[in-house]
Amino acid sequence: MKIDRRSFLAFVLGGAAGTALSPLPWKLTDDISIWTQNWPWTPVPPKGETTYVDSTCTLCPGGCGIRVRRVEDRVVKIEGRNDHPVNRGGICPLGAAGAQLLYSPWRVRQPLKKMDGRFVPVSWEQAIGEIAGVLRELREAGTPEAVAWIADTDRGTTAELCRRFLTVYGSPNFIRTPCAQDAWETALYLTQGQRATAGFDLERATFLLSLGSGLLEGWGTPPFVFRARGALKDNNGRFVQAEARLSKTAAKADQWLPILPGSEGTLAFGLIHVLLKEGRERKPFVAAHTAGLEELKRQALQEAFSPEAVAQATGLEAKAVVELARAFAAAERPLAVCGRGAGRVPGGLQETLAVHFLNALVGSVNVEGGVIAVPEPEYIRWPEPEMDAVASKGMQTPRVDGAGSERYPHARYLLNRLPEALLQGDRPAVRVLFVSGGNPFYSLAGGERTEKALARIPLIVSFSPFLDETAAAAHYILPAPTHLERWEDVPGAAGYPKPVVGLARPVVPPRFATMPTADVVLRLARRLGGPIRAAFPWESHEACLRQTLGPAWETLRRKGFAVEEGFKPQPFETASRKFEFANADLKRLAAFRPLPAPGDPGAFKLTLVPFDTLRLTAALGAPPFLVKALESEILLKNDIRVEIHPQTARDLGLADGADARITTPQGSARVKVYLTEGIRPGLVGMARGLGRGAHDRYLAGKGVSANRLLALVEDPSSGLEAGWGIRARLERA
Amino acid sequence: MDQPKNKRYGMVIDLDKCTGCGACMVACMAENNIPFRDDDTDKLLSVSWMHVYRLSNGKPFPQAEECFLPRPCQHCEGEHGHSPCVSVCPATATDYDMHTGIVSQIYTRCFGCRYCMAACPYHVRQFNWWDPVWPEGMERALNPDVSVRMRGVVEKCSFCYSRYQTALNRAYVEGRRELAEEEYQTACAQACPAGAIVFGDLNNPRHRVHRIVQPDLAHGGRPRNPKAFRLLERLGTHPKVYYLTGRDWVRRAGDNEVQKS
Repeated sequence: MKIDRRSFLAFVLGGAAGTALSPLPWKLTDDISIWTQNWPWTPVPPKGETTYVDSTCTLCPGGCGIRVRRVEDRVVKIEGRNDHPVNRGGICPLGAAGAQLLYSPWRVRQPLKKMDGRFVPVSWEQAIGEIAGVLRELREAGTPEAVAWIADTDRGTTAELCRRFLTVYGSPNFIRTPCAQDAWETALYLTQGQRATAGFDLERATFLLSLGSGLLEGWGTPPFVFRARGALKDNNGRFVQAEARLSKTAAKADQWLPILPGSEGTLAFGLIHVLLKEGRERKPFVAAHTAGLEELKRQALQEAFSPEAVAQATGLEAKAVVELARAFAAAERPLAVCGRGAGRVPGGLQETLAVHFLNALVGSVNVEGGVIAVPEPEYIRWPEPEMDAVASKGMQTPRVDGAGSERYPHARYLLNRLPEALLQGDRPAVRVLFVSGGNPFYSLAGGERTEKALARIPLIVSFSPFLDETAAAAHYILPAPTHLERWEDVPGAAGYPKPVVGLARPVVPPRFATMPTADVVLRLARRLGGPIRAAFPWESHEACLRQTLGPAWETLRRKGFAVEEGFKPQPFETASRKFEFANADLKRLAAFRPLPAPGDPGAFKLTLVPFDTLRLTAALGAPPFLVKALESEILLKNDIRVEIHPQTARDLGLADGADARITTPQGSARVKVYLTEGIRPGLVGMARGLGRGAHDRYLAGKGVSANRLLALVEDPSSGLEAGWGIRARLERA
Repeated sequence: MDQPKNKRYGMVIDLDKCTGCGACMVACMAENNIPFRDDDTDKLLSVSWMHVYRLSNGKPFPQAEECFLPRPCQHCEGEHGHSPCVSVCPATATDYDMHTGIVSQIYTRCFGCRYCMAACPYHVRQFNWWDPVWPEGMERALNPDVSVRMRGVVEKCSFCYSRYQTALNRAYVEGRRELAEEEYQTACAQACPAGAIVFGDLNNPRHRVHRIVQPDLAHGGRPRNPKAFRLLERLGTHPKVYYLTGRDWVRRAGDNEVQKS
């Protein structure tokens, strides 16, 4: 057969037409797409029985009730408990991403010991034995006070066991990480004589004045504060935010007062000035329940707090200050709060006192819609431990951080003063440091100096479940189980106005060879023997918890929480039984003075102000979902973006998205700029929570940490950390 | 038992209550097995069914204002009972369910032409350019009720359809055909700590969404509540996600074609 051009074309075209009309191409397309959809590496989550377990979230001091959905023994979802008084079904982004912490690849799987700069796995026996050996030596040398313990809470059985261990061992150096409650607790003690935490009845306030508090950015217990703000909106209440930047909180306020950063205390005194001058204080409350008003008048009616002077200091108009004071005084249930950002920096005591005085003047103390002194929980009633001579002598030594000293008699914990104390002398004052929460290597300001100071400690033991910055710098890591794998009593919810105790329970069995920190303490005590061993009669933390809670254990186990619904605040416990605007203790405090940002304004023309966001975390590293949810206005590729005003950008010759270098007296870093009208000209806004030296690949190495660029600032009236910013320079890179 | 009436599931998001915290995004990611990558900062490439946008009134300091706008799939009803994406899909991989009003996405039918992404005016659809990869161990947190999507397909918010199925199954087992309002809630509505997201059946006058929006069902569900609006209303897509605000500039931002006065 001859194949000519004509028959060839007919064959090809006919074949093509025939194929096209047949199902073949469609079948092939379909097959290819099905084939590409069945890659073996795309996981198929195994099915199984779904169950729900109620627990309490311990990822922040909030103590929200959570409902954990399990499929067989896997945690697949964490939701808010609808029946929990604190969060009523709401949950914050971190809590919702909690399962990613449980299944995180950067968890520490067994005890690790650093040898020649590398971590090697060791047994629990060996790790605890070696640490006990060092502790024994220090005690034999008569220097038990050289042991310090940093914890992120001082409440609950775990924290109390750690503190008790230190006490019978002979060291007063138990240090809670700083937070706004430090200043509030001291303010409550000095004015009301009450050892209590500050709760805020935000839900029932009708006028909320926030002096820089990031109410919607992690301050207090986020789901509770969020709900309260919704209630304020529904009740036609008013919410005023005084802050230098248009934070999320400022954006959602009814009024944003863009004050100069660091002028919050001055504004509070300015408002007191107007109230007193115009006689707008709630006279029945002030007359019946307060003392020392005359002294406050002397203090606040100074010219420095006149509306004109305050206008100068805050950048507001004098008229705005007067109007704010009048509106605040006229509201049915006004409430003023402070504690900048998420409240992780305590701030000046005098500033907090000014805000508290403001509340007292309008009668918003220990009443509905006001500041409530929430007593510390009393369920832990262990017998006083017996102390030997070494312990008694050690406990007599002054605290390494200077808390409770002549200079700062009312401070309880001053972690911010630890770095300087460590840099003194040939040998650092602390020889052994235990860290159970707080991640000080990351979260303390002060840059390299702080890191250098902490690194002087010859033995650091971290209890972190994750390889965070502090764990990475430690000599031993004794990993605790995560919040979904252990028992924990959770007394109180930050800022919540009622006493509440929650119980966190093991939702799933521990994934790795971890040990609850409290159990490590019990084992250490057993190793050390003598009176130390005798102070801990419990077999395990769980046994201790059962015994301590007594009959409440069963209720807590069944219900998950206990709240004192009908709670009424206790009467004032001062000598006068009144709220005291003035007394001998208050008089001894260094006078109010706004603290400037450190640095030379001549060399550093701008001011760096850090801010908090719920899409990042403080001590703990943000899990992948949070990093994914992070705005591109904060993180772009691996670069952090700093907020500046377009005017500032023009002066510096920077365009949106430009590469720049930020320099502060503490250090320097590369950043990208983000132009926004939501920040005061002359300021540089930087998110806290990036610039991680450890953690997983979704977070590590991204951006820079604001803490490294900031300096530690000591409040002269209390010794508390009060830094709110630092002078800075921004240049094109 | 009576055949249940058709539902029109919808959502109201109060923009004056939303704080932009991102809990809705994270709850959605956890519920729906959303993958994540080393670098998710390019939001055009990042898969996220729920995305919180930041709106700005464009005024200079200190008159600047910001608002946060969570954007799930709008589950458009359109003029004829289907959305722009449903009209264009050549693979029938996306469909409008007349019983629920939910726009579905069937991953195994999708062959990744992305026509629907071009058709969607709300940018709710995202393409899987990469294989989803979980770091070792983290795949244990995956939810078996929602299939993991593979490279090469488009995905979007389903109003947590798996939660609807679970709730319905439970109701059937208990001998019911109708779901109570709280039985079926999306993950975002459940998580929202500010109480800004309300979810329910727009056809049911007892449901909160209906009471808040007061939809004019004869006219594509246009809201009668003067504070409520829908995104790009003029396109006639008749979305079932409504937004509430008392701020004029936010409402105007909801339709970028409207002349700014």
